[in-house]
Amino acid sequence: MAPVLSFTPEGIYCPAGDFHIDPWRPVARAVITHGHADHARPGHGSYLATPQAAPVMRHRLGDIRIDTLAYGATRRIGAATLSLHPAGHLPGSAQVRVEVAGEVWVVSGDYKIEPDGLAEPFEPVPCHAFISECTFGLPVFRWRPQAEVMAAIDAWWAENRAAGRVSILGAYSLGKAQRLLAGIDAGAGPVLTHGAVEATNEVLRAQGYALPGTIRVTPETKPGDHPGALVLAPPAALGTPWARRFGPASAGFASGWMQLRGVRRRRGMDRGFVLSDHADWDGLNTAIRATGAERVFVTHGYTAVFRRWLESQGLDAGIVATEFGGEETEGEVA
Amino acid sequence: MRRFARLFDTLDRTTRTNAKVAALAEYLTGAPEEDRLWAIALLSGRRPRRVVASARLRDWAAERAGLPLWLVEESYPVVGDLAETIALILPPPLRGEDRSLAEWMDWLAALRPQPEAAHKAAVLEAWDGMAAQDRLVFNKLLTGGFRVGVSAGLVTRALSQATGIEAPKLAHRLMGDWTPATTSWDRLILSEDPADDLSRPYPFCLAHPLEDPAADLGAPGDWLAEWKWDGIRGQAIRRGGELYLWSRGEDLITPRFPDLAPLADFLPDGTVIDGEILAWDRAADRPLAFARLQTRLGRKTVPKKLLAEAPARLLAYDLLEQEGTDLRPLPLEERRLRLDRLLQQLPAEAPLAASPLMEFGTWDELGAQRAAARSHHAEGLMLKHRASPYHAGRRRGDWWKWKLEPLRIDAVLLYAQAGHGRRATLFTDFTFAVWDGPELVPFAKAYSGLTDAEFAEITAWVRRNTRDRFGPVRQVAPQHVFEIAFEGIRESPRHKSGIALRFPRMARWRRDKAAAEASTLTELRALLDLYG
Ligand SMILES: [Zn+2]
Ligand SMILES: [Zn+2]
Repeated sequence: MAPVLSFTPEGIYCPAGDFHIDPWRPVARAVITHGHADHARPGHGSYLATPQAAPVMRHRLGDIRIDTLAYGATRRIGAATLSLHPAGHLPGSAQVRVEVAGEVWVVSGDYKIEPDGLAEPFEPVPCHAFISECTFGLPVFRWRPQAEVMAAIDAWWAENRAAGRVSILGAYSLGKAQRLLAGIDAGAGPVLTHGAVEATNEVLRAQGYALPGTIRVTPETKPGDHPGALVLAPPAALGTPWARRFGPASAGFASGWMQLRGVRRRRGMDRGFVLSDHADWDGLNTAIRATGAERVFVTHGYTAVFRRWLESQGLDAGIVATEFGGEETEGEVA
Repeated sequence: MRRFARLFDTLDRTTRTNAKVAALAEYLTGAPEEDRLWAIALLSGRRPRRVVASARLRDWAAERAGLPLWLVEESYPVVGDLAETIALILPPPLRGEDRSLAEWMDWLAALRPQPEAAHKAAVLEAWDGMAAQDRLVFNKLLTGGFRVGVSAGLVTRALSQATGIEAPKLAHRLMGDWTPATTSWDRLILSEDPADDLSRPYPFCLAHPLEDPAADLGAPGDWLAEWKWDGIRGQAIRRGGELYLWSRGEDLITPRFPDLAPLADFLPDGTVIDGEILAWDRAADRPLAFARLQTRLGRKTVPKKLLAEAPARLLAYDLLEQEGTDLRPLPLEERRLRLDRLLQQLPAEAPLAASPLMEFGTWDELGAQRAAARSHHAEGLMLKHRASPYHAGRRRGDWWKWKLEPLRIDAVLLYAQAGHGRRATLFTDFTFAVWDGPELVPFAKAYSGLTDAEFAEITAWVRRNTRDRFGPVRQVAPQHVFEIAFEGIRESPRHKSGIALRFPRMARWRRDKAAAEASTLTELRALLDLYG
């Protein structure tokens, strides 16, 4: 019998249902875990995602044929039964469960174990085979509880306000920025947003996600217009003329990579906050154990090392090669 | 320790000098006196020697964390720092203790003489009681690897803010051979007795690189020019009947240069000379290449053979103290006159001579002499204003270094390897080759010189164009040409090309050149014949 999922040059493929999951080359039918660019690519014939993920995908990919499937609902596609389950990575993100003739495979997409108050919390899905991301699959990556990190960001912002500085916080415009917005004490001062962040905010607000009010930065925004503001901007905007318009400022960056002193220094930020939308070392191990899977395939990150670790734990482990060899740089993932 | 770990974190993460000074000044005002003294000692490189090898710490940490050793080893290149890797993998602390920095340093000193079995138990016990952020600093202190990016000047500025004492005075007091065990905050920092340490050197006067044309400096007659030697900048101090040699890195290096010991007999008491220590070619009466001097530096004692083959000599630039009087405020011209008079009295066999002054009437004449620097084994010229006092540290205007342009060659990228730490996700370590007939011969490795965007671009290209893998090293298609700049070249039987470069780096990505247009081994050998 053919395996439930196989790995093709286009990406992960289900022969029984004739569809791909997060494919990186154009295919006829694509099931998409979430709207990040390395998962939701343009050019597929049709898309299937959660109703929560669809608006952002439309916003990013334009006029696509997209169908939705609610969390937990099942759909029969050919000989396969498909359902989507919360991945906790960002609002609307899903794990994909595929069952063929009683055998269950789950594709994790990107996921995070700790509930963040905004994304639908991660749910472990029992399966025979689990295809897991392992972006932070080394034991040096262990996160502090979110509340602690948010408190540190609040304190940094307060310190800057007291010193008459603006706080510019770098965060990915889809996911991290909204998580921060929902997690910090947004009432402490004006919160400004870069256009890319605000565009996502608007999409999510329209869906009913509760996000505090923000002020979009426009070409007319002048230094001193919003004293003591916190500015949320994509990482690429930091250190550019766009970021210099605010006058005296302290720059921070929120990412799992900030765990490493070397990366903090390289980024040249005044502050690095260790906050990731991916599972840490303990999270990955917990999630994998919770599935009860005997076979695990890893993708995204330190795949060779993490696979060897899983094998040393008695699991049958393999690697899903992605188009880029799974070697994402810290700029590409959060 | 928590307070010191926080200071370390601030100094480490902030790029702003003012923020560093402020954080340090705050520590030096608020921390207990013994801790302040230790902080200054550690930040000025006076760290205690290793107590535990980092490999041992790694083994114990893996055991404590319940992780296989190979996994810790695989994590290390991503982090780029073993002490940090260990701090990150250890389980959360069992107790919340906070001992002072001085207490920990005493603990460390007491641990040193004990057997290794006792080391392990003590370290595990210490880790268990320590907050995660303190462990990094603790590990670095244990392994003798504590370093932080603050200059001596920054420390004195902060100390000056904290104490109200002028910075140059403090710089002087902080130099020399002290440890917190042999002095106190009161004695070292606050007391007004400069004579308490005869070995103490003066802060070195440093020069800025000359970027504008030399002619902008004004009348050539206002300036003294001499070779910028490629050796070890040092001070020879003769006080209280003893000779002390200090390197610019503020190391007491007297024992490394027994061949300079006779200076104690040749120089009158109360003399301090600023100069360059060089390995000397007696036959040619000029310096040997820097590599020859380097072979002596790694050794505690120098074998007779090396003493004969690469004898040390001090070429004097300046006279800082004479008959116990500080000459630094005098004009350079006057100091130089006194230096020449002093050295004229020395017998010919003394391993000390004045560094010769260039004779020139115009900047063009001087420029022509500079162009020949490499054949004298010099890096270029030093230009010093005749009226200049001997400043403490780097001051713009009076002293300039007028270095040679680097040598350059166009080379083909052949192998790539990911960087460490902050650059672990990028390919940054490259091996370059030149053509030898139809073959490419690797001749240099380079790690720096490209922008972040260029590193990202070449990284993406390497991933798509890997021909072969040897462990972490990837062989790539020979396609891209880079201009490699370097400061020197010499023969090296250890290298396949027979050549070793000094300070190679990527000066430019030659997108305009095809691989076939890169330089040849013959061209490289021609440079060796000219400058080796
Ligand atoms: Zn994602
Ligand atoms: Zn991803």
